[in-house]
Amino acid sequence: MVPISYVFGLSAALFGIGVCGVLVRRNIIVMIMSIELMLNAANLAFVALGRSLGSTDGQVIVFFVITVAAAEAAVGLAIVISIFRSRETANADEFNLMRW
Amino acid sequence: MNHFNPGALDILWLPLVPLIVVAVGAVVVLLAGVRVSDDDSEGLGWIALAFLGAALLFTLPLIGQSSSTAFAGAIAIDNYAAYFEITVILTAAVTVLMSLEYAPDFRLAGAEYYSLLLFAALGMMLMAAAGDLIVIFLGLETMSIAVYVLSGLMRQDPRSNEAAMKYFVLGAFSTGFLLYGIALVYGATDTIKLGPIAAALAGAKGGSPLLLAGLGLLLVGFGFKVAAVPFHMWTPDVYEGAPTPVTAFMAVGIKLGAFAAFLRIFLVYFGAAATHWNQVLWVIAALTMTTGNLVALVQGNIKRMLAYSAIAHAGYVLVGMTAAGAQAGSAVLFYLLAYAFTNLGAFSVVAALERRGERRDAIADYRGLALSHPGLAALMVVFLLSLTGVPPLAGFVGKFYVFSAALNAGYVWLTIIAVLNSVVSAYYYLSVVVVMYMTEGEARPIAVQAQPGMVAALALSLIGTVMIGVYPGPYMGAASSAFKSALSHTQVSSRQLKLRG
Repeated sequence: MVPISYVFGLSAALFGIGVCGVLVRRNIIVMIMSIELMLNAANLAFVALGRSLGSTDGQVIVFFVITVAAAEAAVGLAIVISIFRSRETANADEFNLMRW
Repeated sequence: MNHFNPGALDILWLPLVPLIVVAVGAVVVLLAGVRVSDDDSEGLGWIALAFLGAALLFTLPLIGQSSSTAFAGAIAIDNYAAYFEITVILTAAVTVLMSLEYAPDFRLAGAEYYSLLLFAALGMMLMAAAGDLIVIFLGLETMSIAVYVLSGLMRQDPRSNEAAMKYFVLGAFSTGFLLYGIALVYGATDTIKLGPIAAALAGAKGGSPLLLAGLGLLLVGFGFKVAAVPFHMWTPDVYEGAPTPVTAFMAVGIKLGAFAAFLRIFLVYFGAAATHWNQVLWVIAALTMTTGNLVALVQGNIKRMLAYSAIAHAGYVLVGMTAAGAQAGSAVLFYLLAYAFTNLGAFSVVAALERRGERRDAIADYRGLALSHPGLAALMVVFLLSLTGVPPLAGFVGKFYVFSAALNAGYVWLTIIAVLNSVVSAYYYLSVVVVMYMTEGEARPIAVQAQPGMVAALALSLIGTVMIGVYPGPYMGAASSAFKSALSHTQVSSRQLKLRG
């Protein structure tokens, strides 16, 4: 079995990439993808921990998280479409009607 | 506990009835709204109100029950949950009343609007009644996803679009932190239930870096939701862009829901390990109050001003949290109730003055309001004075309890910072009063007709603000019994641990 520390390291790396993606990238779609990466990093940690701790909690949580992430992606993309219609851009820096 | 055991599931539906009623209400409104045009959504609002009223009735039998849990610890049954559920239901009801004329006027999609409002309220109630981290997460997301949509519901208005976008990106970002925090805590303690986590934190695993990192990430996640500095950047833009009743609902409801879970986790379950987190909270509280109040001084838009004021008030709540302990916990619960009514009132006045096609949310738009609309101006004065903390209004009593709890816990400097901040806040609250009463109005004053829903919302907020301020005893009693009932969970679980050990 792969040691838990490897899986945990991978999940922390994915989470870090997600955080950096949100902070650095300016395209809204890429930012949403980075957020999904953060959630999936947490999922990976949950599954790995559930397996190594021998408890089912970790696996069960992942189902909830996947559902929530799907709902969030649906709402997020709908919001992107609505703002793209009025502004015709997906660049976060140009959403400056109100001071950010 | 590690393996699924159906016999261990204690299924108790009674404490969940208020939540189920609200959920059913949301679906009924959505279905009933299929054929209703956006100009004619008032009936849907009344349906929503009826369900909120029913939920309130079903919450009453939960008051005074001894603290216990249901669904294998996932749901907590106590006065604490009932206290927040009642406050959230009242907040949602005032928001619906505020929207009865506003929603058709601004052509908000009625069915979606009222149903999302109820779903968001459901999420808040779930956070208040949560007994484990995953239920808190689900409640938070039910609330947040509904409010992302609500804040962007004025689809033709670029400011509303932008508010939804900013709120969504930063909200989802903070969700990622919260979830990863839950994962780390789960990894460190082998459980997601609050009781055993608290036991682990107080015991040998207390200093484990994994657990502390998890706590830190939870703090970041909640910090975003309650708009604590440095996680507050989204607040002013989102409050400004969202439809005003939604802003009111965000400023009050989201804070109630997020603080309900935040307080339960940190004050109740992690209270014994306060040394791990209250230095951090001290700094966040001081920063939040000071930043909120200082930036509010220079705002020219009333919704942005109230947004920074909401940040500052989150700071006062955090002062109470830093103090920790039973007295501070009850004071914070009371403060949130007082804050809820006062802020709902202030935003109701803002909403009452807005009309489709022209957002009148610049402070300059309030010039001469005392002459053109003496009633609204007088109400605004009451709410602003309560926000400032002038006796005998609710805001004063709330601040008094929170600050004296902080003082009793020995946080003298933090209390001094808080009091100085209150003084600073008087400047920007009272400057609105000056604008309303002491400057010349426009040649073409704002024409506002008294609308029954708005009048009811204003009346409820006024009654709440004045009653809680003049006669705080029963409300303080309710807050204190609520907090004690939450505390008794931890006593029960430590007793069980001793029995097992």
